Amino acid sequence: MGRTPWSARVPPDPLCNRGIRVPATREKAGQRPAADRGVRPTRNSMSFTVETQHARFPSLSLDCGVTLVDVDVAYETYGTLNRDRSNAILILHAFSGDAHAAGISQETGQPGWWASMIGPALGFDTDRYFVICSNVLGGCRGTTGPGSINPETGKPYAMNFPVITIADMVRLQKLLIDSLGIAKLLAVSGGSMGGMQALQWAVAYPDSVSAAIPIATTARHSAQQIAFNEVGRQAIMADPDWNNGDYYAGNPPARGLAVARMVGHITFMSDASMREKFGRRLRDKDAFGFDFSVDFEVESYLRYRGSRFVDRFDANTYLYITKAMDYFDVAHAKPSLAAAFDPAKARFLVISFTSDWLYPTYQSREIVSALRGRNIDVAFCELAADYGHDSFLLHNMQLTDMVRGFLRSVERDAVPS
Amino acid sequence: MSRADDHAAVAGLLDRRDYLMIAEIVEPGSSVLDLGCGGGELLAWLHDHKRVDARGVEIDGDKVQTAIARGVSVFQGDIEHGLDDFPDSTFDFIILSQTLQEMRYPLHVLQKMLRVGKRAIVTFPNFGHWTVRASHLMSGRAPRTRLFPYDWYDSPNLHFLTVEDFILLCRQQHWTIERQVFLRKNREVRRFPNLFAEVAVFSIRSGE
Repeated sequence: MGRTPWSARVPPDPLCNRGIRVPATREKAGQRPAADRGVRPTRNSMSFTVETQHARFPSLSLDCGVTLVDVDVAYETYGTLNRDRSNAILILHAFSGDAHAAGISQETGQPGWWASMIGPALGFDTDRYFVICSNVLGGCRGTTGPGSINPETGKPYAMNFPVITIADMVRLQKLLIDSLGIAKLLAVSGGSMGGMQALQWAVAYPDSVSAAIPIATTARHSAQQIAFNEVGRQAIMADPDWNNGDYYAGNPPARGLAVARMVGHITFMSDASMREKFGRRLRDKDAFGFDFSVDFEVESYLRYRGSRFVDRFDANTYLYITKAMDYFDVAHAKPSLAAAFDPAKARFLVISFTSDWLYPTYQSREIVSALRGRNIDVAFCELAADYGHDSFLLHNMQLTDMVRGFLRSVERDAVPS
Repeated sequence: MSRADDHAAVAGLLDRRDYLMIAEIVEPGSSVLDLGCGGGELLAWLHDHKRVDARGVEIDGDKVQTAIARGVSVFQGDIEHGLDDFPDSTFDFIILSQTLQEMRYPLHVLQKMLRVGKRAIVTFPNFGHWTVRASHLMSGRAPRTRLFPYDWYDSPNLHFLTVEDFILLCRQQHWTIERQVFLRKNREVRRFPNLFAEVAVFSIRSGE
């Protein structure tokens, strides 16, 4: 590890949901209505502060047959729900995200992981829409997961936590949306694992979704995607500190989790973005060390990201959520992907990125092709971007414009003037 | 809105005279797929003024973004693949404006259009126009006119068809021509269209 912390020197790590540049302030902010549910508009609207909220549901039936009891959900909301409750948008986070999608966290002072897209006058315009984001089931940021206390034993679930699916995550989100009194969401949207949840929403609750915006995602995990997840899981389970998942009273498997995260980060970038960011530059030295300390910038970066991840993420959550992604196949037990979309009624906007090799464009095209096969209204664009899978989290004016225009047309068609 | 108003609006908006005729042919409330829809100008107009369920296909990413930002459902892809996924008779109208001559396999595309759409509206520049004939005859070189301004080596046009060619194809394929309009600048050409029309607009369907 070099002397200077990476955080001071490198572009922010988007999937770490920290440090996305918050766009410049807009005047409009001051006029925002006093929002309910934790949104505290300030004079500087782009840096409005938010407080994570909590809800508890008595039980949740899972695909594996188990019923979880006393399920907690951490969530945040931005903007104001309108009178006829028709302007709600559910944002779905990616693998390592959390409920803090936008604004500045009152607790940590950090911007949300999609602050570039959610806020006044942004793609998901909080002056128009009531935006909700919750931590997923199995998570470690406030929603019930393997690190939560099992009410039956009084101890953390650890590996007694049932294996969950993307459909289970969505089922819990539906309970939350129902509890907020929202019968129909204007839109559901997310990237990567968030996109899987968006697809699941569209087929599982077709009457509750007007539009879906799956970004940089897939209708089913491929062998390559499963393979990378398995490497991460094996790294964690090979760490002696993992202790069969029972480490909450002692040291977490920090080394294993850090290695898993390092692999993950490689898959989030692209050859071009790594070349641009690091090249073969050496880290704080002019010549090779001829030892196995850090030589290259890229090594330093990965080690830094790995070690930082350990501070905020639970290794067992890593196992459970990657497994949920690997199980995801929207066409499971259906004759075809197109048949899987039979129940869907939403309009779709599907977006992929040219340099994303983890969730390549062909997977988005597969979704689009299946939707067309059922004559479901779908718009699709492959955006040119060099930053690999990370691209969906970075500020991108084209993405903003498309999402804004699409949402407007959904509103317009939903309420004929 | 009267027909004249319609024309003025579309002409001002689109600056494409074949669009005038397309806008007139498309029935209100119908479903439309525009192949090679660009930034979605025509589709947006059809949606706003004729309550059309409007979709498009476009290969150029920047144009796709423009169209989606405009609220039009456009998917990025090439025209032929765009058609393959759809069930039969999905759309009331499928539009191919000024692109037929750029298709590698035009007959193939037309057949697919008539599978997925109940009707196809096709517009193309008329290679039979007298200026083209004159240019070729006088210079002895590949014709270059206002309508066909490209050098032979950088032309997007792969095929050069005339009004007569298209009518003959329809006859051979047993397609019915429901409407045909011929244009020279913003005027309709009624006599000797193959000689005087710059742009031809056909609305066709399968069967006789």
